[in-house]
Amino acid sequence: MKSTVFFKNMPAIIATSTICGPKEGQGNLGEYIETRLQDDTFGEKTYEKAERKMLSHVINKSVQNANLRLCDVDCLISGDLLNQIISSSFSAREFDIPYLGVYNACSTMSEALAISAVLVDGGYMSTTVSATGSHFSTAERQYRYPLELGSVRPPQAQWTVTGAGSAVISSKSGFYPRITSATIGKVTDFGVTDVNNMGAAMAPAAFRSIYNHLKDTNRKPSYYDLILTGDLGALGSRLLKHLAKEKGVDIDNNHVDCGEMIYNIDEEEYQGGSGAGCSAVVFNSYIYTKMRQKKFNKVLFVATGALLSTVSSQQGETIPAIAHAISIENGVV
Amino acid sequence: MQKAYNSKYLEYVSKISPKTNEKRSLLRAFFVGGTICLIGQFIRFFLEFTFGLYGDVLSGTTSVILIFIGSLLTGLGVYDRIGKFAGGGSIVPITGFANSVVSPAMEFKTEGFIYGLAAKMFVIAGPILVFGILGSVSVGIIYYIVGLF
Repeated sequence: MKSTVFFKNMPAIIATSTICGPKEGQGNLGEYIETRLQDDTFGEKTYEKAERKMLSHVINKSVQNANLRLCDVDCLISGDLLNQIISSSFSAREFDIPYLGVYNACSTMSEALAISAVLVDGGYMSTTVSATGSHFSTAERQYRYPLELGSVRPPQAQWTVTGAGSAVISSKSGFYPRITSATIGKVTDFGVTDVNNMGAAMAPAAFRSIYNHLKDTNRKPSYYDLILTGDLGALGSRLLKHLAKEKGVDIDNNHVDCGEMIYNIDEEEYQGGSGAGCSAVVFNSYIYTKMRQKKFNKVLFVATGALLSTVSSQQGETIPAIAHAISIENGVV
Repeated sequence: MQKAYNSKYLEYVSKISPKTNEKRSLLRAFFVGGTICLIGQFIRFFLEFTFGLYGDVLSGTTSVILIFIGSLLTGLGVYDRIGKFAGGGSIVPITGFANSVVSPAMEFKTEGFIYGLAAKMFVIAGPILVFGILGSVSVGIIYYIVGLF
């Protein structure tokens, strides 16, 4: 059984756009992020509206950056973390574009990219947009406590990224980073129950997808300049490397994690960033820019997601997780 | 097989996960919690010696003033900062109870005054009320029965 799709026509990522909140803007990758907000409400009355506006903003901007008009886009594929993915659906309401809503928690970006690639590679559509985002304040209220509650975050916790990213996938020719294959993840659960330790819950899923990808493509980890996981954080990354070592796969030299990169960890981010916006912002800003500059030429993008809800964790269920691996390469056409 | 593997993994996770610094947490909780109680005691002395309050009225008024201060600091966005530092030290005193009622009320105001603010006000304090009242009633009944003999 193979879980990898190989793309014959290799769809191109022709443009991206990113937006982030003040904290992310001051982080390590701030200068690469297109729009940096000073105010995390984005001039809106509620944080939910702000998240929605961020998503609409990057979708619009990415299409502009590709020198296209919105009417040139055949399909919009997006998702987010809020119940019933309202941010995505409500932002899609503003556009006259066919819309597919997807949810895979924080691995939504790689899922959306995979679906886009399939649609474009098959020749069914010529241009699609994949986007996703998250907001610290909306995630806190949905998954944890009110913002003003005087509670302590445990040291294994991560910080949900306020931000959104969007990518335009097209069948256009020319020099662009191209999606060459996608390994669809399997839901993996090693029995972690601590909702503050997402890195530990997601590391096995990330490793499984990386392992399957390398097996299906017959590649070694060293084939890639970067193996970029989504939001495992510092702790999750250590666990991933531990699991890899156990199976005899050496990813020590080229593995990096979006969650570990995004913040200068000095306050309470502890293990780093998380959330659907984390991998979306990092991939579409820093990584994409560096790929266009040919600083990185082969990247395996493995966004990771924890598929829990507050109900499931209160009922004592363990945390299932998923990761999709997308291979993005320069100079393949 | 899978289960044994999982438990090995979970063991490794708990081995490398960073631990809460208990000594530091306890010290911080002791000093901040103690300071809050000290302020309460000063308020009590002030009310007693300036206004001549005594008994239930004295302790009731002291609590009301502390609850007001806790709520005000929550509204000003200060209490959560104290909480991040103090942990249990600012949760256990009555100001922490005020914080646990006011913070969800503020958070859910966006969903309206009835289904948002009013309905969600007790999501955190609710269990404290339920078990607090249940506990006090049980103790009262035992006290009554013991008093019969």
